[in-house]
Amino acid sequence: MNVELTLPTRKDEDFRYADIEALGTVWPVLREEIVIAAGREESSQVIELGEGAVVRHLDIRLEKGAKFDLRVLTAGPGYGRIAVDVTLAEGADFTLGAAQLATGKEMLELVTKVRHAGENATSSQIVRTVLAGYSTGTYLGCIAVDRGADGTDAEQSVRAMLLDRTATANARPELEIYADDVKAAHGCAVGELDDEGLFYLMSRGLPPAQAKKLMLQAFIAEAFAGAPEEEALDTAALERLAKLVEAGL
Amino acid sequence: MTLLKIDNLQASVGEKPILKGLSLTINPGEIHAIMGPNGAGKSTTGYVLGGRPGYTVTGGSVEFMGQDLMELEPHERAALGLFLGFQYPVEIPGVSFVQFLREAANAQRKGRGEEPYSGGEFLKLAKEKAGLLKMDMDMLKRPVNVGFSGGEKKRAEMVQMGILDPKLAILDETDSGLDIDALRICGEGINSIMRAPDKAVLLITHYQRLLDYVKPDFVHVLAGGRIVKSGGPELALELEEQGYEAVA
Repeated sequence: MNVELTLPTRKDEDFRYADIEALGTVWPVLREEIVIAAGREESSQVIELGEGAVVRHLDIRLEKGAKFDLRVLTAGPGYGRIAVDVTLAEGADFTLGAAQLATGKEMLELVTKVRHAGENATSSQIVRTVLAGYSTGTYLGCIAVDRGADGTDAEQSVRAMLLDRTATANARPELEIYADDVKAAHGCAVGELDDEGLFYLMSRGLPPAQAKKLMLQAFIAEAFAGAPEEEALDTAALERLAKLVEAGL
Repeated sequence: MTLLKIDNLQASVGEKPILKGLSLTINPGEIHAIMGPNGAGKSTTGYVLGGRPGYTVTGGSVEFMGQDLMELEPHERAALGLFLGFQYPVEIPGVSFVQFLREAANAQRKGRGEEPYSGGEFLKLAKEKAGLLKMDMDMLKRPVNVGFSGGEKKRAEMVQMGILDPKLAILDETDSGLDIDALRICGEGINSIMRAPDKAVLLITHYQRLLDYVKPDFVHVLAGGRIVKSGGPELALELEEQGYEAVA
């Protein structure tokens, strides 16, 4: 286990939006090391539904040809920070599907560093954030492609939905590319629920909260699509979405 | 009992007055058509009755099923038996028609104190209504209106109307974007779903052609935010021949 003893400050780019005070209550944070052996295929999930401060740091190494499917649901903590460092060897494949759901003054962040160290590795990150009240949701995502890691295919799809004008979304996708033959697609958007869609659903008889919940369910669906535990993730997320929608009305 | 009674209705979009004293009474068993030139306030009429945000009622009154319609939220209007067929049905990615319609139908039933449909009951009902509109059930498993052609969207609106079984359907340019076959299918769908002694339809349209299939009892000409002329089905033919300016 790897431990960084000094509490970071907001000058540290990775902690720019962090709640340092809350962070201090759980610091130092142990790094959880995960190694997927060559050719192996595994999956895991991080589900944080509790209150208070939750900070986790995953250090993942994918050996040659390994596959790893990680899903993250943070919905509940006052301060929740999930950091994921991933290194991919040749031909490895990494999938991240994450949803952050916050209300009140909650502050959630997801910080990823995906490093393509070998040739022909693929990575995909889908991050959906729903924010109500005065909450803040942050995604800091760096994709690094080493020299010689040709044939890399890296994807980032990051979207945040603000249910109230008082909520804040931060998103900083980053690319550091040192190889020539690389496919790196990233999209990032912050928006609000479509009024026209809501009216359409309501005109068919759905009460406003139910119409919003249905649209939000669709919004985050992609993050958990195809996960081994898709149903459990969806159920937990839906329960939280209902709370977010009610709080915001 | 009168189904819908609109009395001297005035409404604005933003600051702009659109409806300027619209009056119209619809009784059960009747089919009415509102025709009129672009900008007359036809779509606004539909949206105001449906309760779309952004449309402000500045005067007059609307009574539906004996209740003050303007006091009700859109979903409450639906539960009371109002259906608004959209000129441009909205695409909602990620939400399947079947899931949305079952939730909507059951929300309406709950509002009326009725038992919700079971999954099986609902699918049977949806299949029957889809068949009426010659629509493949598989299309209803897809996200709401996403990737549908103009004609498919309008047929899907009619399937929704069949499932929700309203007392009054306000159909905003259901005929626009339809080819000849789809026009006939939609027309027949409206007849089989809505032609009943306890139901009524308000068709909003530019053209006579839909009225060949859905014969109206009354035709009204809307111009400048008011009904300027009313008559029987012959009025629609007259308009088609001579134009709005000459007739109204």
